[in-house]
Amino acid sequence: MSQPLLQVKDLCTSFDVESGEVRAVNGISFNLDKGKVLGIVGESGSGKSVTAYSIMRILVEPGRIKSGQILFNGEDIVKYSKLQMRQFRGKRVSIIFQDPMTSLNPTYTIGNQLREAILLHTDRTKEQANARALEMLQLVGVNDPQKRLNQYPHELSGGMRQRVMIAMALACEPDILIADEPTTALDVTIQAQILELMKDLQKKLGMAIIMITHDLGVIADMCDEIIVMYAGRICERGTADEIFYNPCHEYTKGLLRSIPKLDSKNERLIPIEGSPVDLTCMPAGCAFAARCDKAMKICLKQLPQEYWINDEHLASCWMNVKKVYDEAAKGGEA
Amino acid sequence: MSEHLLEVRDLKQHFPISTGWFQKTPLKAVDGVSFTIDKGETLGLVGESGCGKTTVGRTILHLYKPTAGEVIYNGTQITPANIGKFRRDMQIVFQDPYSSLNPRMTVSDIIGEPLDVHKLYSSKKERDEKIAHLLNLVGLNSDHARRYAHEFSGGQRQRIGIARALAVEPKFIVCDEPVSALDVSIQAQIINTFEDLQKKLGIAYLFIAHDLLVVQHISHRIAVMYLGRIVEIGESSEIIANPMHPYTQSLISAIPIPDPDTARVKKRIPLEGDVPSPLKMPSGCPFRPRCRYATDICAKECPSLKEAAPGHQIACHNPHF
Repeated sequence: MSQPLLQVKDLCTSFDVESGEVRAVNGISFNLDKGKVLGIVGESGSGKSVTAYSIMRILVEPGRIKSGQILFNGEDIVKYSKLQMRQFRGKRVSIIFQDPMTSLNPTYTIGNQLREAILLHTDRTKEQANARALEMLQLVGVNDPQKRLNQYPHELSGGMRQRVMIAMALACEPDILIADEPTTALDVTIQAQILELMKDLQKKLGMAIIMITHDLGVIADMCDEIIVMYAGRICERGTADEIFYNPCHEYTKGLLRSIPKLDSKNERLIPIEGSPVDLTCMPAGCAFAARCDKAMKICLKQLPQEYWINDEHLASCWMNVKKVYDEAAKGGEA
Repeated sequence: MSEHLLEVRDLKQHFPISTGWFQKTPLKAVDGVSFTIDKGETLGLVGESGCGKTTVGRTILHLYKPTAGEVIYNGTQITPANIGKFRRDMQIVFQDPYSSLNPRMTVSDIIGEPLDVHKLYSSKKERDEKIAHLLNLVGLNSDHARRYAHEFSGGQRQRIGIARALAVEPKFIVCDEPVSALDVSIQAQIINTFEDLQKKLGIAYLFIAHDLLVVQHISHRIAVMYLGRIVEIGESSEIIANPMHPYTQSLISAIPIPDPDTARVKKRIPLEGDVPSPLKMPSGCPFRPRCRYATDICAKECPSLKEAAPGHQIACHNPHF
């Protein structure tokens, strides 16, 4: 078992708009192993959702995958036909969206929508599909599931709707669940419920999860591995502990500094100054250089290369290269 | 008792909702809320969506006519008749920096409008100077005055919203989820701006938000709301360290902490079920159906706020320390 479940290789996704080409995702690569939880974190516009939509191939016009490979069990799904994709979605990889209010169809009952997914991807009969729908609702902890099957989305609360979305995504036992900001629209206590549920289900069903969020708290709670994205590129990739306790990219460091901590009342927050870059006119060097207080000349000119900090940690920041040179110079003097 | 800048006494806001033919049921969005805010103080107001936090903020400013209760500012009771006089002292910053700025107005029009309304300048030159000063105050460039709102990023727009509120030199600002629409790195910039302005100008804030990490950082005191009532109020460090109301306990245990080690060992106090509809309020304590400690008395009587420790009040029949 050396082959990862999902391999993304140098993926570029662009949107051609009037003012030019928006490189929403600009050459990212990562692997996802079976049964692991991968977190993708970044600000709005950093390309996290576009990455997810590219994997599902549900990009809206004028978005397109420009280059790169997405290998699922070694097969490149970028080359899949529409029909193949339809069989792939839901069965192999499922997605849940941020807003449970708008991602359910208001004109069909919950049961109807759940059944549709099951009938489409498995060869169950209608009765069996019904039983499966009921079972799924029980699994995600919806109270009174028999009654819910005949209800419409507007009759449920936000947390309940998100549970239904999860039930729908998991109904065909996918290998990967992509969760695109699954709790952002929910209250803290409901968010806690949903996160516990997802952790539980992940243990029970053994699927891999790609968790997309801007909330570092959610990431710390859920993920084995973390990808930090900025302006369509990966800044840093590593295990949760490495990213939180040994951040090696200036953006990650800034991000961790700028969140308030419990009992830090008198400490002043250290924000990242400036605003995110305009994706239509990307700088030649590191995209974060303009906001980085440690930026050097080379940062403005040349894109930083990926640099392995250790076996489980990768960062693209010139500071790491500088550190090596500095240490070498010190060693030379001594 | 005139030292408080603002005192809210038993404030109620009921909205009539039609529930059938010629049938109206009052939706009790705010149902008997009392608190005080001192000069230069920040009171954080937290709670889940639909608990009435925003309505409290707006009712204080008389953007909604209160159903009952009193709002006393600097010793004078505010009524719909005299609110005009107080508009200069009390301002609001809204949640969504995208929809709270008029897209057809330039920044100088947006910030200048309150100056025009209150006639706070004697010449065009003075008006321009004031606008430039306000922009600098919130960390924007005075060249930005001629641009339109759509030319700015979310964080910058929120700064424009803050500059507009500051234009009339208020003593008190209602901040209605001012950072929840912003990215983490920008959030910190805006929070710092609020803190700096408070230090410089001595403004008091009612800081409404659902993000407890942000609220505990910026507030001196915190009030926790549940279904239109305040269930716990006290010093912010005290509320975070020693929450006494079962709802606050769950709320605080549910905060996702951005630290993997803490996350691994943390025990959550799960809350079962959802918030009941405010149209069908449970009898007695509104939190009863979801409470772990509920007893018979909770179904009969609604608990009122009582002092549990110095400066720390809770509304619970069976407080757990």
